[in-house]
Amino acid sequence: MSAAPSTAQLLPGAGAFAITVGAAVAFGAVPLLGSDYLMDAVLTPFLALALAAVGLNLLTGYAGQVSLGSAAFLAVGAYATYNLHLRLPQLPLLVDLVLAGLIAAAIGIVFGLPSLRLRGFYLAVSTLAAQFFVQWALTKFGWFSNDNPSGVIDAPVLSVAGFTFTSPAERYVFSLSVVVVATVLTQRLLRAQSGRNFIAVRDHELAAKVIGVPLLRTKLLAFGASSFLIGIAGALWAFAYLRTVEPAGFNLDRSFQILFIIIIGGLASLRGAFLGAAFIVVFPLLLSRAGAALLGGVFDSGVLEMSQRIVVGVLIIAFLIAEPRGLIALWDRLWRAVARPAAIRNT
Amino acid sequence: MFDYQFLIEVLVGGLLSGVMYSLVAIGFVLIYKTSGVLNFAQGAMLLFAALTFVSLVERGSSFPVAFVITLAIMVVLGVSVERAVLRPLVNQPPTTLFVATLGLSYVIEGAAQLLWGTQVHGLDIGISDVPLDIAGVFISRFDLFAAAVAGSLVALFALFFRYTRTGLSFRAVADDPFAALAVGLRLPRVWASVWTASGIVALVAGLLWGARLGVQFSLSLVVLKALPVLVLGGFDSIAGAIIGGLLIGAIEKLSEVYVGRLFGGGIEAWAAYVVALVLLLVRPSGLFGQKLVERV
Repeated sequence: MSAAPSTAQLLPGAGAFAITVGAAVAFGAVPLLGSDYLMDAVLTPFLALALAAVGLNLLTGYAGQVSLGSAAFLAVGAYATYNLHLRLPQLPLLVDLVLAGLIAAAIGIVFGLPSLRLRGFYLAVSTLAAQFFVQWALTKFGWFSNDNPSGVIDAPVLSVAGFTFTSPAERYVFSLSVVVVATVLTQRLLRAQSGRNFIAVRDHELAAKVIGVPLLRTKLLAFGASSFLIGIAGALWAFAYLRTVEPAGFNLDRSFQILFIIIIGGLASLRGAFLGAAFIVVFPLLLSRAGAALLGGVFDSGVLEMSQRIVVGVLIIAFLIAEPRGLIALWDRLWRAVARPAAIRNT
Repeated sequence: MFDYQFLIEVLVGGLLSGVMYSLVAIGFVLIYKTSGVLNFAQGAMLLFAALTFVSLVERGSSFPVAFVITLAIMVVLGVSVERAVLRPLVNQPPTTLFVATLGLSYVIEGAAQLLWGTQVHGLDIGISDVPLDIAGVFISRFDLFAAAVAGSLVALFALFFRYTRTGLSFRAVADDPFAALAVGLRLPRVWASVWTASGIVALVAGLLWGARLGVQFSLSLVVLKALPVLVLGGFDSIAGAIIGGLLIGAIEKLSEVYVGRLFGGGIEAWAAYVVALVLLLVRPSGLFGQKLVERV
């Protein structure tokens, strides 16, 4: 999608170290020093969205298959975890989580099948089928939500090996652990042959086929792995962040939000997914603060929502025009500008 | 005993509502054909046009005046989209342009509602919705009117494409943008006019849909109804948009009435997508879309 990904993007190895170091700090200092508001309203949703964006980036950024149905897989992950927990209480939560990811992956593979025949927009539109079908099924069949009339589910307490995660800080740590493990695994997947295959299929499908990349397996792996990650992100979104969710919360706008995250953050970059998610989560909070401070009472919630839409839209277009490679490209440039003079001084 | 009269009634109702889908889909096709952009903002443009029209009427202007003013605004919108969004993004991959129109739809939706408010407006365009009894089959008068409007719009476009210089240049650009550029056609101008044209389609479709559903935010979701139509008919064929619209309209109503019961109803939201998907597996470029030729 972006014209020429840099070597750093093709070889996402350098990022892994930085992510691990950052996570180590995040595990220690943040839960101890951060406020509940920071963890509950900023960091936990950031982590869930970042993981979803990592999943979509795998599919769209690396394998080049555009999907508009991410929210469907978030929903599948959330509702699958809920049902596994409810109906098979003997299973530990982490097993539920992995199984829910696998269920999302299975559904993702089914909806990924058209990708074998379809390209570009035809595929993008067909992924909308997943979006509408899943949302309909979850509302329609009471079984999924344990017969709640409006399909709402209440998340049970998160507990792993006897330890419960209830306070905002604990739920944050839980999300962080899951996201770190999932991201590291994704990193491994992308650095192996499978990751090369994704990129080959994205850059030139026919050429990839000619040099022996198994198209069927590569595309379905991309859809499966992506849905797996998004499914787990959905479980985090529902269980660690909101704790009460309804199918309507996983609507098309949510799918677009995740797409925007990877566009703003930078396609084919795992760090970009995190940067983009941070931006999308923090930005509306800043905008509402700024709006309230500048305009006071005039800035009611309706006006705020509309102006948020406008600003997000303008930002998307501005990013595509000014920096199609996203925040991560800006970050890298900034980093080089800071690091290179320092390196020269040291020699 | 199978009720054929009821079947026909459902079928006709479906076909006529399909015309409304075609009307939205044509706006997409115009833009896709000439610039290769899948314009997700078409629904937002529809909302914007309808909302502007209704708000002008509510502020006391007559129908023709409101129509002309809205038309002028749509022209300005089309030209400025070309200037601000398309021109800087020239030569970017189609997906980038698609995401840009996604952003554009957010901007237009937000602006429309910020400007005119979020409440639901009624729109009465003077067509009573008394069903017409034709040989024992009841047909909505409004649907017939909508079909007539859509039909004349399509005929108008066909004539325009066939007999005017601008139409000729549209066809040239759709055929081969580089060749068109080489013979001296000004692509930006063609794009601006094609966005204007689809703005006009959006206005007409917006008024008809607005009269049907009320002018409100959900009007922009009509775009989601038009997408399976496009997939079915092919993104770059006006004939495909019409036939796709008719098919989707008929399938949607028939499946809702005859199949929907099995699932407890409400399958309208995705039935069209599933049908379009199945068809795509057989014909990956829709019924009338251009075959994708791959070069190495």
